[in-house]
Amino acid sequence: MKKNKVDIDIKQSIKNIDAYTHVRGESIYVDDVNVREGTLFSVVFDSPKAHGKIKSIDYSKAEKLQGVERIFTYKDILGENQIGGILPDEPLFAENEVHFWGQPIALIVAESEFIARQARRLITIEIEELAVITTCKEAKEKDNFINAPRSFNLGNTEKAFGDCDYIFEGETFSNGQEHLYLETQGAYTEPLENGNIKITTSTQGPTQVQKTVAKVLGLAMHKIEVDVTRLGGGFGGKEDQATPWAVMAALATFHLNQSVKLILNRHDDLRMTGKRHPYESTYKIGLSKDLKILAYEAEFLQNSGAACDLSPAIAERTLFHATNSYFVKNVKTTVLSCKTNLPPNTAFRGFGGPQGMFVIESAIAKAANEIGVSASEIQEVNLLKENDEFSYGQTATQVEAGNSWYSAKSSFNFDSLKQDVKDFNNSTSAFKKGIALMPITFGISFTNTPMNHARALVHIYQDGSVGISTAAVEMGQGVNTKMLQVAAQVFSIDNSKVKIETTNTTRVANTSPSAASSTADLNGKAVLKACNALLERLKDVASKELNTNKKQIKIKDEIVYMNNEQTNLTWTELITITMLKRIALTENAHYVTPIIQFDKTKEKGHPFAYHVYGTAIITTTVDCTRGTYSFDSIKIVHDYGKSMSKGIDLGQVEGALAQGIGWMTMEEIAYGKDGKLLSNALSTYKVPDLFSIAKTIDVVPLETEGNDMAILKSKAVGEPPLMYGIGAYFAIQNAIKAFNPNYNFKFHAPMTPEKVLMSLYEK
Amino acid sequence: MIEFILNNKTIKTSNNAGMTLLDFVRYEQRLTGTKIGCREGDCGACTVLVGTLSQDNTIDYQSITSCLSPLGNAHGKHIVTIEGTNLPKELTVAQSALKENHASQCGFCTPGFVVSLTGFALSENELNSENALNSISGNICRCTGYKSIEKAVDEICNKLGSVNSRKSLQTLIDNEFIPQYFSEIPERLKQLKVKNNAQTGITYVSGGTDLYVQKADSLIENNVNLITNNNALKGIKIEGNTCIIGAGKTVSDIWNHKELNTFFPKLRTHLKLVSSEQIRNMASIGGNFVNASPIGDMTIFFLALNSNISIINQNKNERTLLLNEFYKSYKTFDLKDDELIKDILFELPSKHTKFNFEKVSKRTHLDIASVNSAISFSLEDETIQNAHVAIGGVAAIPKYLFETSAFLNGKGLNTQLILDSNEILQNEIYPISDVRGSSDYKRLLARQLFFAHFIELFPEQFKLTDFVQ
Repeated sequence: MKKNKVDIDIKQSIKNIDAYTHVRGESIYVDDVNVREGTLFSVVFDSPKAHGKIKSIDYSKAEKLQGVERIFTYKDILGENQIGGILPDEPLFAENEVHFWGQPIALIVAESEFIARQARRLITIEIEELAVITTCKEAKEKDNFINAPRSFNLGNTEKAFGDCDYIFEGETFSNGQEHLYLETQGAYTEPLENGNIKITTSTQGPTQVQKTVAKVLGLAMHKIEVDVTRLGGGFGGKEDQATPWAVMAALATFHLNQSVKLILNRHDDLRMTGKRHPYESTYKIGLSKDLKILAYEAEFLQNSGAACDLSPAIAERTLFHATNSYFVKNVKTTVLSCKTNLPPNTAFRGFGGPQGMFVIESAIAKAANEIGVSASEIQEVNLLKENDEFSYGQTATQVEAGNSWYSAKSSFNFDSLKQDVKDFNNSTSAFKKGIALMPITFGISFTNTPMNHARALVHIYQDGSVGISTAAVEMGQGVNTKMLQVAAQVFSIDNSKVKIETTNTTRVANTSPSAASSTADLNGKAVLKACNALLERLKDVASKELNTNKKQIKIKDEIVYMNNEQTNLTWTELITITMLKRIALTENAHYVTPIIQFDKTKEKGHPFAYHVYGTAIITTTVDCTRGTYSFDSIKIVHDYGKSMSKGIDLGQVEGALAQGIGWMTMEEIAYGKDGKLLSNALSTYKVPDLFSIAKTIDVVPLETEGNDMAILKSKAVGEPPLMYGIGAYFAIQNAIKAFNPNYNFKFHAPMTPEKVLMSLYEK
Repeated sequence: MIEFILNNKTIKTSNNAGMTLLDFVRYEQRLTGTKIGCREGDCGACTVLVGTLSQDNTIDYQSITSCLSPLGNAHGKHIVTIEGTNLPKELTVAQSALKENHASQCGFCTPGFVVSLTGFALSENELNSENALNSISGNICRCTGYKSIEKAVDEICNKLGSVNSRKSLQTLIDNEFIPQYFSEIPERLKQLKVKNNAQTGITYVSGGTDLYVQKADSLIENNVNLITNNNALKGIKIEGNTCIIGAGKTVSDIWNHKELNTFFPKLRTHLKLVSSEQIRNMASIGGNFVNASPIGDMTIFFLALNSNISIINQNKNERTLLLNEFYKSYKTFDLKDDELIKDILFELPSKHTKFNFEKVSKRTHLDIASVNSAISFSLEDETIQNAHVAIGGVAAIPKYLFETSAFLNGKGLNTQLILDSNEILQNEIYPISDVRGSSDYKRLLARQLFFAHFIELFPEQFKLTDFVQ
């Protein structure tokens, strides 16, 4: 597709429905809610050590401080002191031991946050320190794991290595990543009558919050209402880890019968919450003379942190994406979730997939360098094809790996880009360029099959306006806009007639979190189903009203058509008639993803509804004097299917790309040996800013048919593009190699300016 | 009593002058469009505009991060939050451009961007996309990847380009950049007739950009002694060859100073590496000196100019010393409790003077350096004189390299001299490993930046490969 056409499409496509209030500062986030009179404010008291036994805590001075209402600890919990989702291994408040620096111990509730903060400084704690583990290697040596290892295997690697002309082994490290949602974690809880509690919070998983609050408070779930308007960014960081703060505030409300607000300040948020999992991995790759990867083995050590959180599910996705866009006949991959004394690491866009892909891309880069070919040659001959088998048993269909790869190479003239880099490097000594290709293949669905369901509640009000409730949580990804589009399209009414309601557990219950890139698919399909049911009902009414057959009826632009001819019956009138006829104008639909299944005992199945594909070409320039780098261009061919919201989807690609590059370059989480977070502020943890973005980013949609399992054939787009960023690492590395032939390839992300400079001058 | 105009409303408040402007607008005034992202000036979600009445009755608007700004500094000003930029119903040009270009996703950072860009529209900065982008250099967005924001910025620039005169508030009002009430603000501010508030606090606070990061709670609690509006600390004077800069002058004041830009043609290139526009609008030079960070950008800059500082005490007694004699050990310097830095004095560059500033940090902009360095010397007949080399991040204090500087003096400029000087430099520094880099890295970077000075200053004469194999 021509670039101009793409730009026009994007400009004209639907805008985020929240954009008007966003740009005017009128959108409401948790901390903006108009609170009730007498609301109390709170601050979490957390562990100042990474591991140890609590010998004593003295709250007396803090409790005596004027304005302090009460300090809550595990002793105030009437239900279970347990917030673990997958495994029950994480207390809300530490009891006798602490397992990570920043682990919550108590909640200080006071008349103001300022007073609560002052009170926190008055608490003294005595901890008998125990050995601290911060790396996977240490955890593995000590046999410290969250759960049993998992392995995905295909063919026989041992035998296949015997047939290989080249075999390479190595190790890789990819660091964690802070979500840095601009809005920190927070909750506001209000007492309702009969001991019921309403929670307004910033979570991707309202049901998870409801369930956990009920469990900790010892109440039935129906006593807890969770309401979410929107999130100021989530990125996975509010899937599981938004829960404890809501539970703490609810606990205080429960005891005090007062509204309570708990908003983490940035430092508390950085210190107390988990991040993307760091991985320490080893690989062995075997290739034939013609560069076919015949065998691939990898052992992934996942730094899970001090509790399970979502680690096993994330580990599983690492295995699902261990071979990225390549077909490898013989695969043996194992992942171990290592228990350490870091805050429990958690979901982050890509959910373990990026960590797996980084390893095979490293293995390919290593092999290419040793053999003396460019990595793209190895990548190209191994691309996934139709009917190839993934290591988890699913057969690849509607494969776009090759399509996206070759389109990227031809639309962006890869050969000439490559030549330009070569020419530049030959003529310049103080700057070097590097280029890398990065293909991606990402599976769409919750890999835990039972989570792939959603419901939508659609009301048509008697004036013809529509209200829609789903489980989808709006966090900037534009899911509400897509829900609105589905309804407006089915009913053929103006967008202004549709309102997307807050995500509320009393309207849509038992929901899966907004995650796995699947929110628009699952909830959109439910909206589609509900709207279609209503439409059928309305057509019934119209056909009777117009004395015709239902098949002759169509609604277009709020007018009823009969035999494709406009009638006098409008949408609004039709709704009035339906209402008078006492026919329901409300529908509740339930959608489950068909086909998918996975047998964990065999580690085989068909876990994904479909896959998303794409290829990026990344070009970088390294300043060999200073060790800094910039990105000249990033050119992407991306498989959107039939994008229903081009501007929103492009925003997802560009945003995910920036995060992926951030993860691979400047975003460096640092913990001390004692488990203390050193990158504990925005002055020490840097995410991409305006000036660090590539000078040009071209994203060209791949013309495909889309997939029926995707909402209106518009494929999921939230996570996959993040992994284009992995190419940044290899582009920089290629530039380093051009300057310093002695440079020994290392796979230790992120590639910070420090690593670049040290590599440029490595002997 | 603190008096100012907040958006379209006149405020008289007895709130503590040390509370942050952010808390005041959000929690006292319920203007929740201004967001809290980090409370350390590193994200820009809390950006507001400060309008100052100038002598010609126009108003200069600058963007600042309200999280680091004491409420007391709003005294006598026009403060504009996102709500204050809104038209009754339509979107302003900046708002509309962001919306139409899909430049707002979760929306949490968006008000900050809108305010910064509105500030750009109101400013007298030359209209080009570089200046427009600089105006949002302190705004972090975690969702969009910025490309859509860049497109919006282009659109805003185009619209501004078609406006005849940005100097007239009415033109900007007519073209929907700002709401109508702005036109009355100059007169209203004049009518406010504010008196300087008596400052009784113990802690001197200038821009607040470091103090509010370090100890906001203690500043909120205790009285502060605000010196931003102290005219004795203002002014940039050029007397003969000497330039005298008031310690209260901000980095932006230097950025905007026409003559200084002539004397230092690459001034803006250098200063762009210093924090963000919002912070440059607040941060004072004197504040940077007394913060005494071993990595202070402006300190390194002025050390290499061999600056003097004049210090004044409460009895108005003045003394002068070289900046390179000011620092004693980590965060310890030659200043008594009742003293303030008043002026920075340095010789302006002559036609023989060479000056360069280098900085490398994990992120090029809005970041603290791993190592920064500045150099000045004069070169006549291929001989170096008056060499002054300063380097940050490699010692407990912002380091003036006495030995390296002395070694360079009187010598002919050539590759070997630079290589030899680096050997001396390496013996003068003692970097430690921390979150900004390992000591080995900083040592290597110090060498590279030292080489970089000469490569930058004499691109025809030196190239990187002359210094490294």
